[in-house]
Amino acid sequence: MKYFLRRVAFYLFTAWAAITLNFFIPRMLPGDPVHSLINKFQGRLSTDAIKSLYVLFGLDKHTTIWQDYITYWQNLLHGDLGISFTYFPTPVSEILAQALPWTLALVGFSTIIGFVLGTLAGIGLGWRRGTWADNLLPIANFFSAIPYFWLGLIAISALAVTVQVFPASGGYDPATVPGWSWEFISGAIYHGTLPALTIIISSISGWILGMRNMMVTVSSEDYVTVAQAKGLPERKVMFGYAARNAVLPSISGFALSLGFIVGGTLVAEMVFSYPGIGYMLFQAIGSKDYPLMQGAFLVVTISVLVASMIADFVYAFLDPRTRVEG
Amino acid sequence: MSVQADPIALTDAASATVQPGGGSTGVRRKRRSLGLLRNRKALIGLIILAVFLVLAVIGPWIAPYDPNAVTRLSLEPPSAAHWLGTTNTGQDILSQLLVGTRGVMVVGLLAGILATFISVVVGVTAGFVGGLGDELLSLLSNVFLIIPALPLIIIVAALVPSAGGLTIALIIAATGWAWGSRVLRAQTLSLRKRDFVEAARANGEPMWRIIFFEIMPNLTAIIASGFIGTAIFAILSEVTLAFIGVTSISAWNWGTVLFWAQSSQALVLGAWWWFVPAGLCIAAVGTALTLINFGIDEFVNPRLRNTAASAGILRKKRIRARIGFTPVYRGAPSAAETRDALTTADALTPTDQEVGA
Repeated sequence: MKYFLRRVAFYLFTAWAAITLNFFIPRMLPGDPVHSLINKFQGRLSTDAIKSLYVLFGLDKHTTIWQDYITYWQNLLHGDLGISFTYFPTPVSEILAQALPWTLALVGFSTIIGFVLGTLAGIGLGWRRGTWADNLLPIANFFSAIPYFWLGLIAISALAVTVQVFPASGGYDPATVPGWSWEFISGAIYHGTLPALTIIISSISGWILGMRNMMVTVSSEDYVTVAQAKGLPERKVMFGYAARNAVLPSISGFALSLGFIVGGTLVAEMVFSYPGIGYMLFQAIGSKDYPLMQGAFLVVTISVLVASMIADFVYAFLDPRTRVEG
Repeated sequence: MSVQADPIALTDAASATVQPGGGSTGVRRKRRSLGLLRNRKALIGLIILAVFLVLAVIGPWIAPYDPNAVTRLSLEPPSAAHWLGTTNTGQDILSQLLVGTRGVMVVGLLAGILATFISVVVGVTAGFVGGLGDELLSLLSNVFLIIPALPLIIIVAALVPSAGGLTIALIIAATGWAWGSRVLRAQTLSLRKRDFVEAARANGEPMWRIIFFEIMPNLTAIIASGFIGTAIFAILSEVTLAFIGVTSISAWNWGTVLFWAQSSQALVLGAWWWFVPAGLCIAAVGTALTLINFGIDEFVNPRLRNTAASAGILRKKRIRARIGFTPVYRGAPSAAETRDALTTADALTPTDQEVGA
C-alpha cells in the first residue's frame, strides 16, 4: 500500500511540475509575443482574448508573477485553457476535448498491439538465438531508427497513392455523421488502419530488441536450466520460466517509453491529417496559436502520466518485490 | 584494484575463464588494443557514421548545385545531371541533402555532448552522494523522463523567435538527459560499495580523486552508450522539428527537405525521389549509431556476444545455443572445446534431475 501511495505522490508531483513548467516557459523566453500576435490578428482578437493572452504570457505588468500563477491555476481548474486563435472564438478546452478521443484510440490500440506482438517476437528470437532467427535482428534494428513520420509518408505513397487501398488522410468517412453508428465506426477503423500500422511497425522493433536481450540473459539463469533438466515441456520453460521473468524490464520500460511513443504518434497524426491532438498541435504551430499549443502539451502530458501510472501498477501487481521494497 | 571492474578487463577475464590457456599474452594485448573495432556490428556502424561525418564537413563544397537555386526543370526524376532529381521549383535534391548533412550532424553531436554532460553530473552526483540529495536528483530526472519530450520541445522551440541550430541543440539537451542520468546513478550506486572504492577511501584519497579516477573509468561504457542514445534522440527530434515547420524552414537539413516535399504534395505527385532519400539518410545514421551501441553492449556484457555474429559458426559446430551455457567462440575451434561445452551441459543434467526429484 505504501508503494502505491508513493507512486501516486510521484505522479501528482510530476503533474504539478509539468503544469508549472507550462506556466513559466513563455515567461522565461525573450521577446514580446503578445504584441506581434495582436498585430498579426489585427481586429480579430476580442479584448477578453487579449487579456487572457497577457495573463498567459505574464506580460500584465500590474500583477505579480505569484498572482498570475494563482489565476493560471484557477483558470486551469475550471477547465479554462484560453481561447484558440485558429478556431476563434472556440475555447481551447473544447477543441482538445473533441480531439482527445481520436488520439487515445489510435495510441491506445497501436501501442498495446505493438507491445504484445513485439514482446512475443522477442521471446521467440531470444529463445532461438544462434539460429536463422538472428538474421531478423538487423531488420528490426533498421526499423527502430526510422522516424515515425517518414514511415507514414512511405505508407501513404505506397498504400494510398500508388495502390489505393487506404485513405491518405482524415479520421472518418466524411459522408457519415460522427456517432455510435456502425457506418461511422467502421469508417473510423478503416481510416485509422494506416496510421496505426505505421506506429506499430516503428515501435515494435524496440520491444523486440529489448525482450530478446532479456531472454538471452534470463535463459542462462539456473532456474531455467533446472526447469529444462526436469524435462518440462519446452513451451512451459519458455513462457512459464524464462519469458515470465524477462518481461519485467519491458513492462517497467513501457511506462517510461510512453512519452517517446506518444511524441512520435503526434507527428504521425500530422502526416495523416488524423483529427487528434497531434494534428491540432500541427495547426497551432502553423498559425502561432500559443494557447492551443500549450493546451495540447498539458493534455498530452496528463494523459501520458495517467497511462504510466497504470503501467506502474500493473508492474507492481506482476512483481511482488516492488511492493515489499516500498 | 580499479582493474577489477574495468569493463575491458572484465570481458577479458570472462572469456579467459571459459577457455583457459587460450593464446599468449601477446595475442591478448593485441585484442585489447583493437577493442571495440573487433566487434563487427560496431565496425559497420562506425564506418557508416564516418561517411556521414565526412559529408557533414565537405558537403557544402561538393554539392553540385546551389540548393536554393530555382530552375525550370520542375520535378525531374533522377538523371545523370540531377542524381536525385529535382523539386517542383527545380532545386537539386542531392545538393539539399549534402548541404543539410552538416546541420543534422552538428545538432545531433552538440545536443548529445551537452545532454551527456548533464546526465553525468546529475547521475554520478546522485549515486555518489546518496540520501536526500539523491532523492531530489532522482525525482528531477524521473520527472523529465516521464514528461513527453517532443511536445515540450515543440512549445519551447515555437516560442523562441528564429530558433537556430544552437538553440535547438540546447532545448533538446535540456529535455533528453534524464535516461542517461538514471542509468549512471544505478551504476554509481553499485560501484560505491565495491572494495576498491572502499580501499581508496580508507587510503584517504580525496573525493574528487575517487570520483574521477576510481568511479568514472568504470562508467566509460555506460557514458558512451548514453551519449549515442541521446545523439539518436537529438537527430530524430531535430529532423522532426524541421519537418513540422517549427524551426527555420530556410536552413537546410533532412527534415527541411521532407517539409517541402510534404507541403508541395510530393506524395500525391508520386515524386518518390523527393522524400525517400532523406528518410533513408536518417535511418542510416540512426542504424549506424544503434549498431555502435550494440557493439558497446556486447563489449561489456559477454553473454550477448557471439550470438548473432556467429550463428553460422555455431551451426557448423553443431552447438545448439540454448539455455544453460554461453557458447564463446574464439579463433580456430578445436574438437575438444566443442566436446567440453557439450559435456558441461550434459553433466548438469543428472544433478538437476536429482534436485527435481
